[in-house]
Amino acid sequence: MGYILRRFLSTLPVMAVVAVVVFLLIHLSPGDPAALIAGDLASVEDIEKLRAALGLNLPLWQQFAIWLGKLFTGDLGTSIFTQVPVVQLLAQRLEPTVSIAVLTMALTLVLAVPLGTLAAYRAGSWIDRLVMLFAVLAFSVPVFLVGYLLIYAFAIQLPWFPVQGYVRLSDSPGQWLRGLVLPCVNLALVYIALVTRMTRATVLEVLHEDYIRTARAKGLGVLPVLGHALRNAAIPIATTVGVGIALLIGGVVVTETVFAIPGVGRLVIDSVQRHDYPVIQSVLLLSAGVYVLINLLIDLSYRLFDPRITY
Amino acid sequence: MKRRTLAALAALALSAACLPALAQTPAPKTLKVVAHADLKILDPTFTTAYISRNFGYMVYDTLFAQDANGKPQPQMAEKYTSSKDGKQWSFTLRPGLKFSDGAAVTSADAIASLQRWAARDSIGRAMVAGGAEWKAVDARTFTLTLAEPSGLVLEGLAKPSSFPPVILPERLAKMPATAPLPEVIGSGPFIFKRDEWVPGNKTVFVRNPDYVPRSEPPSGLAGSKKTTFDRVEWLYLPDANSAIAALKRGEVDLVEQVPPDYIAPLRTDPGVKIGSGGTYQGFLVMNHLLPPFNNPKVRQALLQAVSQERIVAAMGYPLDMRMAYCQTYFICGSPNDTAAGAEPYRKADVAKAKKMLADAGYKGEKVTLLVPSDVTYLNAEALMAAQTMRSIGMNVDAQTMDWASIGARRAKRDAPEAGGWNMYVTVAGEFDVNSPITNAYLSAACGNTLPGWPCDKPLDELRNAWLKETVPAKRREILDAFQARAYEAVPYINAGQYTAAFAARASLKGTDKLWAGMPTVWMLDK
Repeated sequence: MGYILRRFLSTLPVMAVVAVVVFLLIHLSPGDPAALIAGDLASVEDIEKLRAALGLNLPLWQQFAIWLGKLFTGDLGTSIFTQVPVVQLLAQRLEPTVSIAVLTMALTLVLAVPLGTLAAYRAGSWIDRLVMLFAVLAFSVPVFLVGYLLIYAFAIQLPWFPVQGYVRLSDSPGQWLRGLVLPCVNLALVYIALVTRMTRATVLEVLHEDYIRTARAKGLGVLPVLGHALRNAAIPIATTVGVGIALLIGGVVVTETVFAIPGVGRLVIDSVQRHDYPVIQSVLLLSAGVYVLINLLIDLSYRLFDPRITY
Repeated sequence: MKRRTLAALAALALSAACLPALAQTPAPKTLKVVAHADLKILDPTFTTAYISRNFGYMVYDTLFAQDANGKPQPQMAEKYTSSKDGKQWSFTLRPGLKFSDGAAVTSADAIASLQRWAARDSIGRAMVAGGAEWKAVDARTFTLTLAEPSGLVLEGLAKPSSFPPVILPERLAKMPATAPLPEVIGSGPFIFKRDEWVPGNKTVFVRNPDYVPRSEPPSGLAGSKKTTFDRVEWLYLPDANSAIAALKRGEVDLVEQVPPDYIAPLRTDPGVKIGSGGTYQGFLVMNHLLPPFNNPKVRQALLQAVSQERIVAAMGYPLDMRMAYCQTYFICGSPNDTAAGAEPYRKADVAKAKKMLADAGYKGEKVTLLVPSDVTYLNAEALMAAQTMRSIGMNVDAQTMDWASIGARRAKRDAPEAGGWNMYVTVAGEFDVNSPITNAYLSAACGNTLPGWPCDKPLDELRNAWLKETVPAKRREILDAFQARAYEAVPYINAGQYTAAFAARASLKGTDKLWAGMPTVWMLDK
């Protein structure tokens, strides 16, 4: 418990640094949201008035102080384009992103761990080569290309799944799942490749350990042996999966764009393109928080796999 | 047991995923449109963004509206009168008009709305400068008095684009136009569903049960806007490939703007039809404050070298959707089309342009061109402008950046080394091009604040004379003189004219009535 508290407290300076860096990076980059809001035919005078109305003409330290002050009261601000509170924008975008992350990682775990274990157990065989060939291909082909191919095959030629869009889970669980099949398969391919290779490498290493040889010599069956091996190989796999979840929550821009899923990744890109400062700052801060939290959970999970680890 | 239960649950989930949801209630008749841009601002009088203008036409109505022949027609107005000298006007609203909050539309609402519009719009500002005074006579009748005659009162009140004079409730219209409106309450054919709005993804409208249509059939933006759809969804699909795939599969009914390279393949698809999405003109905007473009002879030299045909071809539009050459500063084929002053520049002539540039005294000064990286057609336009300038020996410094950065930078009057610029490119739709007053880049009033800052007294005087002239034949003479002067002063360079394209499901009815790229979805049915 003390360790968790210490780790939690140690995240605060990290988040503070992230907040300052994010704010400075965004505000020092060229571009003027007021000019974009006012439109192509707006006069310089109109744009200046708008800058003043939005508080963009204030000194940078003053803008930072205002933002930080609001942050401490839990106010993430309001999008300067849509005038929608950032909390509301995030709430709209989190469900699709979390749905994609959970389903993608579930699909990854269900397929990648058995495939990697099988490849390790039959190392050097045609099965191993086939699995590795799949991993290399899945890792190498660009995500957008796989997305287009999936749409062509399973949405246009075989109209099983929709091309685009997201249906909320509460509206229709069936449509929700149906709409997520192609984006999740699209994304999972990369993670399956990654986790398969990781699993194969670590299980293969463990399979050469003395205690495994001893277990086999004692006549233990294949599945119990692999069970022991997997538990000992679990730490790197858990780390990879954890980082994968953090990356997915941070937003998967290409897949969200190809399948028109209104997730966090698209929100970030749209906001960056139009310099919507409050949204970018909040989303990047949230992403940093998710990374820190997931790293903490990964650390804690190590004890589950290896009770010898203490904090 | 546990395994069997799990297997059953998995099978159930899979079958649910693979089968369409069973409808419990009749689905509302819905039109799904892939919008040309993401809707961000809900106030059509606050920004010149076309998507906000289109939003305005969905939820608001206007006093007058242009029909498909470009003529102003009464829309919310039942009748109107004007004095012989064009200074006294009277308007009466149609009976029974209601806002979506249930309140009746009154003269006070119309006056406040038009005053808010006049604070932003070029014609509105001209009316204010002409001493416009609005007065309510009763709940449905109000008057306009002008100190000077104006030939543009009805054209202004029926102005289709940036900014359309939409009618709002008085309490909202009294809010300054320097900030977007906090509420959306109109008397148009649809009601905005704010609770279903997902910025960056989806905008939803439902039919306005209180909308009172005109009895005339729809034409352009005029006539009845009675719709057969219960619901209209604007989807924002940033990936063109996915948008086209969704159209082919029938997930959407209409793609508002098709990228040029998709037009030819879609024409061979029997399930899809292509139509005109409005006419556009490309602009090469020069900074008149700094060398070398502060010299009109340099601007003329560049104009001599520009091949409109090559620029619009580089944007990727098929042959039948682009013009080889358009001689007017306005829209070719529109009522203001004129060839006055254009003859010397009809054919791009690089050799002649080189000589003109040398005669102008150009000595290799650096020309900083702002090249947008994130808008494909503007990128092509900018690269062609760079090539043209280099072909006549100009020293071009092409700086690539995103459109947001160009938006910020073009406002700066400093020298390029201090963050300023010499040239950027853009495009505008026909309604923002087709007259001396709506085409903002033709405004050469010295001291004006539009980036480029052209200053030419004769051109400005002709513009004001055109604005005040009420006799059509005389207005035409002034228009010709205005364009002839524009070819001498070169406030900007016309980079060519093209027609954008929409794509619709072949089964969607009424697409032939869609007009000038405007979102007149009430004309559609399926």
